[in-house]
Amino acid sequence: MAGTPINSKAASVSFRNVSKKYGKTVLAVDDVSLEIEAGTLVTLLGPSGCGKTTMLRMIAGLEMVTSGQIMIGDRDVTKLPATDRDVSMVFQSYALFPHMSVIENVSYGLKFSGFDKVETHDRARAGLDLVGLGEFGARLPSELSGGQQQRVAVARALVLEPQVLLFDEPLSNLDAKLRRQVREEIREIQQNLGLTVVYVTHDQEEALAVSDQIVVMRNAGIAQIGTPRELYDAPADRFVADFIGEANLIDCTIQKVTGGIAQIDMSGYRHKLEARGMEPGPATVAIRPSRMRLVRGATGAGIKAQIEKATYVGSHMEYVVSGDFGQVFAILDDVDDALVPGEGVMLSFDEKGPVLLPAQ
Amino acid sequence: MREVSSEKTTHPVLIFWIVAGWVGFLILPWYGIEDGFFRLDWLLDGYPLDSDYAPAAFLIGQGQKLWLAPLLVPLVAPLLVLTKRKTDPIFAKILITAGAFGFAWLIAQGFGIGIRGWSFGWLQALFGPLEDRQFGMGYGALLLASSYLFLFTQGIAARGAINGDVFVVSAVSGVIVIVSVFVFFPIAKMLLAAFITEDGSYSFVIFAAKFFDDRIWGLSCVFGSGRCGVAWNSLFLAVIVGLLTTILGLVFALVVTRSGFRFKPALRALTVLPIITPPFVIGLAIILLFGLSGSVTGYVADLFGIRPTRWVYGLPGLLIAQLLAFTPIAFLVLIGVVEGVSPSMEEAAQTLRANKWQVFRTVSLPLMRPGLANAFLLGFIESMADFGNPLVLGGNFDVLSTEIFFAIVGAQYDQGRAAVLAIVLLAFTLGAFYAQRSWLGNKSYTTVSGKGDAGVHPQMPRGLSIPVLTTAMIWAGFTIVIYAMILYGSMVELWGVNNTLTFKHYITAFSMRLEDGGIRWSGSAWDSFWTTIKIATVAAPLTAAVGLITAYLLTRQTFAGKNSFEFGTMLSFAIPGTVIGVSYILAFNVPPIELTGTGIILVVSFIFRNMPVGVRAGIASMSQLDKSLDESSLTLGANSWQTFRRVILPLLRPAILAALVYSFVRAMTAISAVIFLVSAEHNMATAYIIGRVENNDYGLAIAYSTTLIFVMLAAVGLLQLMVGKTRIGRRMDHKSGG
Repeated sequence: MAGTPINSKAASVSFRNVSKKYGKTVLAVDDVSLEIEAGTLVTLLGPSGCGKTTMLRMIAGLEMVTSGQIMIGDRDVTKLPATDRDVSMVFQSYALFPHMSVIENVSYGLKFSGFDKVETHDRARAGLDLVGLGEFGARLPSELSGGQQQRVAVARALVLEPQVLLFDEPLSNLDAKLRRQVREEIREIQQNLGLTVVYVTHDQEEALAVSDQIVVMRNAGIAQIGTPRELYDAPADRFVADFIGEANLIDCTIQKVTGGIAQIDMSGYRHKLEARGMEPGPATVAIRPSRMRLVRGATGAGIKAQIEKATYVGSHMEYVVSGDFGQVFAILDDVDDALVPGEGVMLSFDEKGPVLLPAQ
Repeated sequence: MREVSSEKTTHPVLIFWIVAGWVGFLILPWYGIEDGFFRLDWLLDGYPLDSDYAPAAFLIGQGQKLWLAPLLVPLVAPLLVLTKRKTDPIFAKILITAGAFGFAWLIAQGFGIGIRGWSFGWLQALFGPLEDRQFGMGYGALLLASSYLFLFTQGIAARGAINGDVFVVSAVSGVIVIVSVFVFFPIAKMLLAAFITEDGSYSFVIFAAKFFDDRIWGLSCVFGSGRCGVAWNSLFLAVIVGLLTTILGLVFALVVTRSGFRFKPALRALTVLPIITPPFVIGLAIILLFGLSGSVTGYVADLFGIRPTRWVYGLPGLLIAQLLAFTPIAFLVLIGVVEGVSPSMEEAAQTLRANKWQVFRTVSLPLMRPGLANAFLLGFIESMADFGNPLVLGGNFDVLSTEIFFAIVGAQYDQGRAAVLAIVLLAFTLGAFYAQRSWLGNKSYTTVSGKGDAGVHPQMPRGLSIPVLTTAMIWAGFTIVIYAMILYGSMVELWGVNNTLTFKHYITAFSMRLEDGGIRWSGSAWDSFWTTIKIATVAAPLTAAVGLITAYLLTRQTFAGKNSFEFGTMLSFAIPGTVIGVSYILAFNVPPIELTGTGIILVVSFIFRNMPVGVRAGIASMSQLDKSLDESSLTLGANSWQTFRRVILPLLRPAILAALVYSFVRAMTAISAVIFLVSAEHNMATAYIIGRVENNDYGLAIAYSTTLIFVMLAAVGLLQLMVGKTRIGRRMDHKSGG
């Protein structure tokens, strides 16, 4: 990558009490404050309709805030239209101009940025080279595959050396295999050039894989912000626990809290884990399927349960287990001595893994 | 297990068409019935022995029309394969041979023997004089011809054409045959007519003499003091109208989609009005305003003390009238295109630092190019084909369409000249059609991808929106004035002379009396009114059916020659009504297909004039339906006809209704082809009105036109209620969604 004339002018982005209303009634973003550090890749993650795309479009200047303030670097851009912001965006549909060749597409923004002809061309070429499409300049977008179109869209946005680069669900139109490859490429370019990237997706796995920080959104607000690991291991509430990875949510009672460690009880089974500031009383415990233990028989530590379904998926076994607590989902690595439906088991948890959450 | 169909030895469809063929041959009258297609008087009037009404079998039995006898052979042959399997090669072979031979013989005898015996001199030389003669084909011949055609298609299907799908093969062949008979055959006949000399032989010299006539190609308005040829007049007018309607249409489309203008719905309604208005009505209103005794003329004359002139008759009046009449068509074409430009394209351009004007110039406008080309083509063709406005407003500015009319109905009665003029007209429109296609090439600019287009169209740049809004306002104001004039004009005693308000004209046209317990339609307009309604009602569903089946074949099936098939079906779109009118008169006045003077010829002309719209509407909505729908239906055991009927058709309801209303409205407002094809018995509203205008009976003409407008408003309103508002899956403004 060294020697390419494409550099980074990465800047931070901050939202200060930003709200966005459509019409009089629809609140798309509700009083959100958020700091995005320069040079990081931050993902906005959430179910559809949570306001994540609106957040992105407000950074781009395609939507104007109803109230609040947006800063890019030190500059207040709240009232600036898209044209005047130093931000570029990769669209979900790529939005390549069908009537222009690939090189014309990539040069498009440069033409309006005051570069002369030679420099425009050099930069566009460098952009195409960066995404590995140097040979394809003369083609029309319709003559490229989906993955190639994607990369042209990235190149077109990159060559402007924007302060912030925005991605709106960039992988949703690609097939599963390409997705992994393209998201790694995006991450690589981002890290090599030190870009500030804001990335919208509803795919939690994608978010975990590419992000420095993930912003989980729910109902026009932020549910939790954190690194992928923080979100996965210490979700703030049931929503985040369930949305990031899969989690079994089981009702429990906190019996006592000593020295920051809580003892919880579920139908007689006791377990100790971090209290996370919670007081004795009803609560919820979230456990990842892979943190479950199932022991054949009806005695020993644990909760009495029964295997409902057993599925062999090659690398591991997947079980649906039912008991007084309802149904849970468990993944066990032991494929040789598999449990069978109808068998009675004792269900318990790994030492590390379960997380205490407020009751619903 | 389900029985595999190709192994069956019973063939219900085959049996059906064989029986139909025999019915056509043995039972139904062979020749056309003079009294009319739907009259059944013949049943009691000497049938089956009277040779006017006799079936083919009885004619042969009485020793007449012996040339029909060979038709028996291909009727008997298919009986032999009834017990054969479809996969048996002999099955296909016999059906193909029988069908092809029968059909060919039927056509050959039809053209070979006419009202005066042999139709061609060399036939007489070969076989000696023929004492007998024959008239146009009737029910029997029609049914037998269909039977042969579908025997033939079942033969090809059995050989594996188009996956052996009988329905598709039959539908393709059926469409090809009817388009050939009712589009290509008349046009060919017209081309021939241009070469016919007075004694009935063919001569290139006579064609050249008529073709290079100064009245067509003269340039003395440029290089001298005289008048230019009609061809130049038409071309000049059409190019200007095409350009201006495209620009105006774009202006409206921009106002509706990209401005904060508050009265968009009203503007939309206003642009729909001219579509349901018979085209010449605008011309009439222009006369009311700017004619010799027009209100504006009178006002200006009083104000400045100048003498009123006839300036509006000719190019200026025509231009104004056609702009008002055809801009809405351009608007309807362009609105789809302007809305279809993906908002994310424009947003992408904005984030790439282009300002509004640059976005519009470098992205929006180029993406609208196909729409602009289409709108221009439509304006060009409509102007070329317009008959009503030049007739009422043309003055000394002759154009092709009216010249053709006068060549046929006027004192000169020169079919050859009419044919030559029609050829010139056709050459212009086809040339434009071809130029547009080659200019657009195969570039696909369809930008509605259906994926992730959450954006909103940006508003127009300021420098553009001011002139655009102003233009739209002026046009809208003018349109309102025009329609007010029409309504007012219909209720005035005698325009410009006696301005007392009266319902006199409505009463003359539409009075009715209760008499002897029934209603007596005593108004002078009722006859043509009911004929129009009747013919429009018959033509509309047929148009929709032919259009949708064609659309189905084009979007859902692949077969050899599909591109030429599509071109052929769309071609009639580029053929001006006047040309259709002339060619139908030339082709269907003599056997084997005698239709002039009947209602059928009107229905047929409407079907093939309006079919392309049905095809387009069908294609547009069918391409929205995923092909997997058909495929799942096919794998579930339905055949392609059942799939079409039970899966595709129900999902196409909006397209069907649109096609229905469009063809209904067009059938009621059309004039250019109709004027040639009406008869005393089957007079249409528009032709009647034009007749009134020629007699200077403006009051009645305008009253009748106003009534028609209201009838069609009601029809369109009914449709709106039935279909509801169509919604494109994208939010239209900043107000909703997220």
